[in-house]
Amino acid sequence: MRSFSLIDLVSLVYALQWTVLLVLLALAFGAPLALLLATARTSRFAALRWLAAAVIQLIQGVPLLGLLFFFYFGMPVFLDLQVPALVAVGIAYTLYTAGFLGDIWRGGIQAVKPAQWEAGACLGLSSWQQFRHIIGPQALRLSLPPTVGFLVQLIKGTSLASIVGFVELARAGQVASAATFQPLLTYSVVAAIYFALCLPLTLWSRSLEARLNGAR
Amino acid sequence: MNFQQLWRYQDQLVEGTLITLALTLIAACAGLVIGLLGAALLRSGSRPVRLAIRSYIEIIRNTPSLIQIFLIFFVLPSFGLKLPAFEAAAVALSLYFGAYAIEIVRAGLESIPPSQIEAGQCLGLTRWQVFRHVVLPPALRNVYPAFTSQFTLLLLGTSLASQVAAGELFHAGSFIESRTYRSFEVYAVICAIYFAMVMAFKAVFAAIGLLTFRWPVRR
Repeated sequence: MRSFSLIDLVSLVYALQWTVLLVLLALAFGAPLALLLATARTSRFAALRWLAAAVIQLIQGVPLLGLLFFFYFGMPVFLDLQVPALVAVGIAYTLYTAGFLGDIWRGGIQAVKPAQWEAGACLGLSSWQQFRHIIGPQALRLSLPPTVGFLVQLIKGTSLASIVGFVELARAGQVASAATFQPLLTYSVVAAIYFALCLPLTLWSRSLEARLNGAR
Repeated sequence: MNFQQLWRYQDQLVEGTLITLALTLIAACAGLVIGLLGAALLRSGSRPVRLAIRSYIEIIRNTPSLIQIFLIFFVLPSFGLKLPAFEAAAVALSLYFGAYAIEIVRAGLESIPPSQIEAGQCLGLTRWQVFRHVVLPPALRNVYPAFTSQFTLLLLGTSLASQVAAGELFHAGSFIESRTYRSFEVYAVICAIYFAMVMAFKAVFAAIGLLTFRWPVRR
């Protein structure tokens, strides 16, 4: 038995890069998908709206842990081939991000008054131009605070990848805790690292919200 | 794919579902009490008390609940307080839900304009009557949607209690998986049960909302 030392701290910080990688991966693939879901959810065609609503409801109605296991064990069943853990986990986080961000951005788009669309149409803009130049920027402004808020939820959510054996921050914490028999110290350090990562984002989200409220 | 083998384990699935529901309801009730007390203290407590509550909220909201559950389960025994897995998970999830509940209750109270409270006082109502009849009903109505979606997140979050073997639905899933080696099928069924629970609660909450908040509002 050894005690918690600098080496453990280094291993935690080293594992942090996998946490960051997961977050970036989820955002890179999840955000475009979320935009697609949000536009489908507010589209003129009822079938598209229903489909997007169903997808969002399905993702939000299942635990993230379930989503992770579903794809971790499901990929070999669907595709009949063994994929690396990173791919399976990446798909789960991508869908998770798409489901929640899609709903947040849907709210942003719907919060812009319908008259704005009509005003754009009166100027002779196509529906895409209306979205791109009139609705989109306003919706983005409105949904920025909850988007940053979701980012915090996503960072915290990456800790679940530890359960399928992915060595990110939480998993490195478990390993260090098992090696040192100092769970209090180890998990406190892990919690502190997550806290240091998330608190600035939370504060940023709050200040954005205050600023936007003042502007309206 | 082969779902047939799972049929034998329906008892485990039912028991796991019941434990998940129990965990959710305990954490929701305890969290709500924390939320009401915390919000009241945030409004009227002294500076150190307010600071303590604010730090509690920020610590809980900015760290993963998985780590919170680990901290409660693995760390409390070293202080001589050894909690069984279910109790430890219930405590951790109550603290988790409480932090969000404080914010929700606070937002509800702040959504009532002071002029409305003054109007109540002008009618000669006591402080309690103002709170009970003027502040509480519209405040509840304003934060009801936020509360229900936080409740859903709590229900899904109880799955993390499986990591300390609290015996809830997800833990039942890993037990069945270890017996049948039908990993994908097991977790597909588990996900379906969670989804059914979420939809059922959504329907119940929508019905309660419709029945409770029937008075018209002018905005």
